[in-house]
Amino acid sequence: MTLPMLSGEPQVITAGADLLGEALDAQAVPRVRVDWRPPMPGTEDHLARVLADPRRAAANARAAGRLTSARPRLVAVRPAHEVLDLPPGTFLHAGPPIEWERASGPMRGALIGAMLLEGLASDAQEAERLLAAGRARLDSCHHHRTVGPMAGVVSPSMWMFEVHDAEHGGTAYCSLNEGLGKVLRYGAYGPEVIGRLRWMGEVLGPVLRATLELTGPLDLRSLIAQALQMGDELHNRNRAATSLLVRELAPAVVEAAPGHAAEVLRFAGGNDHFFLNPGMAACKVSADAARGIPGSTMIVAMARNGTDFGVQVSGLGDRWFTGPAGVPDGLYLGAYGPADANPDIGDSTITETAGLGGFAMAAAPAIVRFVGGDVSEAVAATRSMYEITLAEHPAYQIPGLGFRGTPVGVDVTLVARTGLLPTVNTGIAGRVAGTGQVGAGLVSPPASAFTAALAALADAAPMG
Amino acid sequence: MSSDLVQVRTGVYHDSVSLMRVSQAVTALPGVEVAVVAMATGLNLGITAELGFELPPAGPADLLVAVRAADPGAADLAAAELDRLLSGLAARTRGPAAAEHPPRTVRAAARLVDAPGAAGTGGGAPTDSAGTDDGRRGAPGGAALVLVSVPGPYAFAEAMDALDAGLSVMIFSDNVPVEQEVLLKRRAGELGLLVMGPDCGTAVVGGAGLGFANVLRPGPVGVVAASGTGAQQVTCLLDLAGVGTGHVLGVGGRDLSAEVGGLSTLRALEALDADPATELIVLISKPPAPGVADAVRQAAGKLSTPVVTAFLGPGRDDLTAAAESVLRALGIEPPAWPSWPAAGEADETGEAGWTGAAVNAGGPGANGNAGPPGAHGGGGAVVPESGDAVSARGLRGIYSGGTLCTEARLVAGTGEFTDYGDDEYTRGRAHPMIDPALRLEALAAVPPGDVALLDVVLGHGADPDPSARLAPAITAAVSRGVPVVVALVGTEGDPQGLAAQGRALSAAGARVFASNAQAARYAARLAGAPVPVRSTR
Repeated sequence: MTLPMLSGEPQVITAGADLLGEALDAQAVPRVRVDWRPPMPGTEDHLARVLADPRRAAANARAAGRLTSARPRLVAVRPAHEVLDLPPGTFLHAGPPIEWERASGPMRGALIGAMLLEGLASDAQEAERLLAAGRARLDSCHHHRTVGPMAGVVSPSMWMFEVHDAEHGGTAYCSLNEGLGKVLRYGAYGPEVIGRLRWMGEVLGPVLRATLELTGPLDLRSLIAQALQMGDELHNRNRAATSLLVRELAPAVVEAAPGHAAEVLRFAGGNDHFFLNPGMAACKVSADAARGIPGSTMIVAMARNGTDFGVQVSGLGDRWFTGPAGVPDGLYLGAYGPADANPDIGDSTITETAGLGGFAMAAAPAIVRFVGGDVSEAVAATRSMYEITLAEHPAYQIPGLGFRGTPVGVDVTLVARTGLLPTVNTGIAGRVAGTGQVGAGLVSPPASAFTAALAALADAAPMG
Repeated sequence: MSSDLVQVRTGVYHDSVSLMRVSQAVTALPGVEVAVVAMATGLNLGITAELGFELPPAGPADLLVAVRAADPGAADLAAAELDRLLSGLAARTRGPAAAEHPPRTVRAAARLVDAPGAAGTGGGAPTDSAGTDDGRRGAPGGAALVLVSVPGPYAFAEAMDALDAGLSVMIFSDNVPVEQEVLLKRRAGELGLLVMGPDCGTAVVGGAGLGFANVLRPGPVGVVAASGTGAQQVTCLLDLAGVGTGHVLGVGGRDLSAEVGGLSTLRALEALDADPATELIVLISKPPAPGVADAVRQAAGKLSTPVVTAFLGPGRDDLTAAAESVLRALGIEPPAWPSWPAAGEADETGEAGWTGAAVNAGGPGANGNAGPPGAHGGGGAVVPESGDAVSARGLRGIYSGGTLCTEARLVAGTGEFTDYGDDEYTRGRAHPMIDPALRLEALAAVPPGDVALLDVVLGHGADPDPSARLAPAITAAVSRGVPVVVALVGTEGDPQGLAAQGRALSAAGARVFASNAQAARYAARLAGAPVPVRSTR
């Protein structure tokens, strides 16, 4: 058997002692230098075990392949009680599972608001008392093929985007976006919040349902690909995607509900983040297609509940690996400041899980000031994510990088080896229940979530 | 009494993120209680009104400024600073001067090898739109390979990346657990790749010297070596005899152990056999584990290319003899190996270097069989006869190359030998081929009357001018009454130059040999030891 390296001009990749690399330079041998650094402390043994797992390479190829080949389509808008296992008195929330005692201000605020919306309490005090007494059942959105931005609270009467994966057959759900400012997902529950949610249930949801019945399924993969080329990164900037979505829906909205068309279109078009929610469901259905592949070290969910940051790994089933949620380093609205900020919250990191958001910062020059103020820093943020991901997305491309696909499919082993944590863009919720949004910025996930996942992968790897 | 400043600037637009930054900067000014600088959207107007500011009518296309300061003076200062910050925003034109972002893992680097020329160029990134990147894209880049020299506990990950990317790998690192070595080599076997190492100090692939590597003339010999300095000695002697080497494939010192079972040796033999440019294969190793030796012998026998094996050990050929066997197999009579007399030695021709003195250490035995007893007179007239008037004195072997050290100990049959390239001396410091400090200390500590024997290994990766620091130490030793003998392993093509180093070391007072075996034999005789005759096996 021949060995390819014995024929042709040698070319060497060097990792380690610079002296040996310089010796190659002195011989004019072309080389690529690896900027190697030690892995996260304490991970050597786990890394060796996991990297030796003979299933790993093929399992990761399959996981990344399924994630990137998913074809999410928006097929319907339906009430949560119709599509989710959500009996009265049950609420879904963002992030890994959490109970009332450990819930942060905005999570509590959103749950209070949901109690009020569902008519389970007559005022906030009563809602809080009932919740504290354990009278509501809480569960993670992710356990129900669902994602929700910020607090991510879903109650039975809310309406949901239903997204179907035409490639692998999965389905995922996300609530309808309420807009900015004082909204339930940021923990606000005042009368204007509840009033808006009621209108969304009575008007917006039914009109969108009727609209989609007229338009038929909407190709979100193509829409996201276009929006990336129009300057969105699909987490903190959804302006182009929202415009594209409204453009697609507007004629059918008018046909389906001429009496409500103006208010519905004004609401959807007036909220730059209207697309965030169907986009998140698209990311969720794609990531879910990659779940449950034994031996795969790819992350299939990153999510925060305002207290914990959690990840799930394809090869490890539905287990969560958590660490404390960090406070975003951000920019603040009005007179708000870091002291007002709640720790990181929301399922919207499903966008980063699927290769968008912070991973696609280089596509969104308009909001680069989140990552330090400079386009080159946005490019650097995206570039560094190629170091910890398994694939480049075939459809989601970044014009400024020569239409290179976005980095997608975070590999736990690469995170541990490089010490590079996923770059996450996020909104910042006020710490006090009822406040709403106070800013937006960048947050680093806790390294411990990834090292815990790595340890579990090592335990699951076949011995020897 | 606080002072409010409220302005609406029309026709000015900045994105909200920039403005949040400006707000923060203004709020941080002395005497400022709160500052809102934002586009006058409904949301921002509401937030500002809640703070108690009196607001004039304004719309989303207007810039709203609201500052509350401790006094009018502070408010004016804030307004001035605000103007400065806003004009700064407008003038902000720092280009995309993206710094270079070298890859952080071999995995990432392998993507760049795929697309030559794409490395490090901003914007010119590879546009491989393959959906998945499982690393198995055949044999990209043809002659690409990976050199891993990270600390041993971390080497496995980088080496596995190389294999995953379809690339062969040389692992220079030591302290890699043997079970990881076995795993890597098995995986390489499945993928048709080669793992060189761990603890592989030297390799030459397609003319590129990796690790500690000599500059060898190209030629028909291919080497498979479980011993780095052993391979260096043999290939350097071949080079001196005018015979070139195509590839030197190191396999790591443990490859022929029972645990590893010669996985890389077998693979390397097979690969060199398939290489049309390789006419003769030399296999250099310490004696293999018994079962492994059989497997290797069998495999070698099946090759169409002739194989010369040199398994070093007591009662076996030394490296010089092995080199001579190779030459004879190629139909070339071994030359006299170069040596340089110590400065002041009376009986030399006066022309230092390349003396041509009959230093035939190898004996005539062809095909690797040693010659008759007594044919090892290395050094000719200048070699003191054993059993001289000199009473036996100590011999100190101060080595940097492990195999050279072992060979010298076996050849000399006496003395105290230390391999300063061994793990216990290299933890936390550079290899003695790079940093001679420990060996200089050891040389200075040799008591007067004893003989010092050192190796000096040239080539890429090694000290760029080893004689510069050794020479004063040698002179000092000689003047203390410590004769110094040097085995100088290198070629004329090496960056340091064999002859230049030989001259410099001999001028300092050392007796210098290009053959380690000759140097050891000479030193042992100087020490008055009865040098054992090389076995005829």
